[in-house]
Amino acid sequence: MILPVIQLRQLVKTYQTGDVAVKAVRGVTLDIARGEFVAVMGASGSGKSTLMNTLGCLDQPTGGNYFLDGVGVAGLDRKQLAVLRNRKLGFVFQSYNLLARTTAVENVELPMLYATPVISRRERRQRAIAALEKVGLGKRLDHHPNQLSGGQQQRIAIARALVNRPELVLADEPTGNLDSRTSIEIMGLFQELNASGITIVMVTHEIDIAAYCKRVIVMRDGKVISETRNATRRSAANELAALDAVETEAQLN
Amino acid sequence: MLTTLQIFLIQSWQTLFIALRALRRNKLRSSLTALGIIIGVAAVVAMVAVGNGAQASITKQVAALGENLLTVFAGSKSSGGVNSGLGSASTITLADTEAIAREIADVVAVSAEDSTSAQAIANGRNWSTTVVGESPQYLQIRDWKLTAGSMFTDREVRSAAKVAVIGSKTALELFGPINPVGQSVRVKNIPFVIIGLLESKGAGMGGQNQDDRIIIPYTTAMKRVTGDRYLRSVNLQIRSSERMEIAQAQITSLLRQRHRLTAGQDDDFNIFNQKDIADTVSSVTEIVKLLLGAISSLSLVVGGIGIMNIMLVSVTERTREIGIRIAVGAQPSAIQLQFLIEAVTLSLLGGFVGVVLGIVGAQLVGIVSTFQPIVTAESIVLAFGVSFAIGVFFGFYPARKASALDPIEALRYE
Repeated sequence: MILPVIQLRQLVKTYQTGDVAVKAVRGVTLDIARGEFVAVMGASGSGKSTLMNTLGCLDQPTGGNYFLDGVGVAGLDRKQLAVLRNRKLGFVFQSYNLLARTTAVENVELPMLYATPVISRRERRQRAIAALEKVGLGKRLDHHPNQLSGGQQQRIAIARALVNRPELVLADEPTGNLDSRTSIEIMGLFQELNASGITIVMVTHEIDIAAYCKRVIVMRDGKVISETRNATRRSAANELAALDAVETEAQLN
Repeated sequence: MLTTLQIFLIQSWQTLFIALRALRRNKLRSSLTALGIIIGVAAVVAMVAVGNGAQASITKQVAALGENLLTVFAGSKSSGGVNSGLGSASTITLADTEAIAREIADVVAVSAEDSTSAQAIANGRNWSTTVVGESPQYLQIRDWKLTAGSMFTDREVRSAAKVAVIGSKTALELFGPINPVGQSVRVKNIPFVIIGLLESKGAGMGGQNQDDRIIIPYTTAMKRVTGDRYLRSVNLQIRSSERMEIAQAQITSLLRQRHRLTAGQDDDFNIFNQKDIADTVSSVTEIVKLLLGAISSLSLVVGGIGIMNIMLVSVTERTREIGIRIAVGAQPSAIQLQFLIEAVTLSLLGGFVGVVLGIVGAQLVGIVSTFQPIVTAESIVLAFGVSFAIGVFFGFYPARKASALDPIEALRYE
């Protein structure tokens, strides 16, 4: 049996704010297998962000167990969590979170700077360029984020997430700041990456974005209330082709 | 296989580049921050150099007085409420001088001194100078050399000969650059033959020019020039610096006895001990040096606080950047190291520029003042060491703060 990338067992996360204990996640049990593309949906306050932070090893659960690629995360210290994030996880954020005044290629190199064992300068550069080419930004290597569009910035972020060859890419509302066509393009990129074997977990509150994923998990009040497989997945590639056809037609008329 | 140390070194090396890049991105702010350290280090280096230079110059002046020198001055004289100062009272006689030479065993050379200011005329020019009567031993006592000619002899003293040894400044004024030995100079209408030219000695302790004088036998001075029957002072050389105080005490009791002073009466003379002067002067310059150093060190501390301030601002401003770095797997220690290196780089760069400016400043002081500041290697090493320490000390807290940030909060920071 192949080990799931993520195994959650009765995961609990409680925040202590003053005298009040806020139970953000109240017992989630979930397996995510290698090669899956999962959307996590839910209203704000449903616990989906907290769940993502915990999955991303940015935060420790207060109860239950979390195994990432077979490694028990509960009880690890800050240093060990940093190593785990560096080796096994890639992050894509709604607001891109790129370093300003830093070129695209340097942004993509960032996770490799903190890798153990050490990655040589030349290999870092090569891998960063390869990752940028993979997301279609091979010609924008030396551009700074503020010289690029939102969609292009998100592509840099995706390249950065991929560059350390992670087990899992975690995306938090990756299309939240993008227009609808760029959103479709980014989802197309995710679908492509997923097809090449990368496991993706994405938080979104838009049903039509979730429709590009293979599986949709809906949370409410810190619990998973439904889990469905998308029988009919949207295909970003087909939609983009259709959009292009419409545009070409409009230009011809 | 790499050892932990090697990994640490490689990561520190990489972190150094990250830190340098961050500093380069904020050139103006970085240089303004370093300015505090630059000024501090420059002040320390320049001030210590000035202190050293002043001390060396004063020490040299004290040493120029001669070796193991004791000077007995006649007391002061008041008439009608006007005090004429040391040496003006008529208390020291030639007999006193002879008694000192005879009875004090540690005295190796004696020169009775009588002086006055007078107009010297020679070569169709005239010049106001000091005419000093001395013994032939005077040059030995003052460790003074002749550049031409020779000193007068004891015989010439006994015969009150009209011979003179001339200071370099006086010679220059009267004769120009030619050798004055063999020439004649008139003082108070008495013609003197110049038999020696003194080596240049520069300004003395009181700032007076020691090179502007004419030295003649004390007998000649008393009989022919001043008409004095008493001496202004007696210059004495003592065998060794350890015997100075004993000799001073012996001379005091000898003179008190000779002047018939009873137990309650004050001395009618004063003895100056060159060693005392040197000790006093060096303790004063030591204090001045310390003070200069302390005051300029204060600006270093202020500079350090400036670095801490900017680093704290920088950590707050770059909270998101720190969050991103932690999220992609930076160790807390790597973040701490990055900010620490930034602080240390700032302070070391400031230290470097400061040392350069300090040296330049010291040279400028040398141009406008009479002495040459001395920049020592120790003060440069110290300045660098202190700036490094300031970088580490004042960079530690901001770096610690950066490394302790919660990545979730940091990524949300606007």
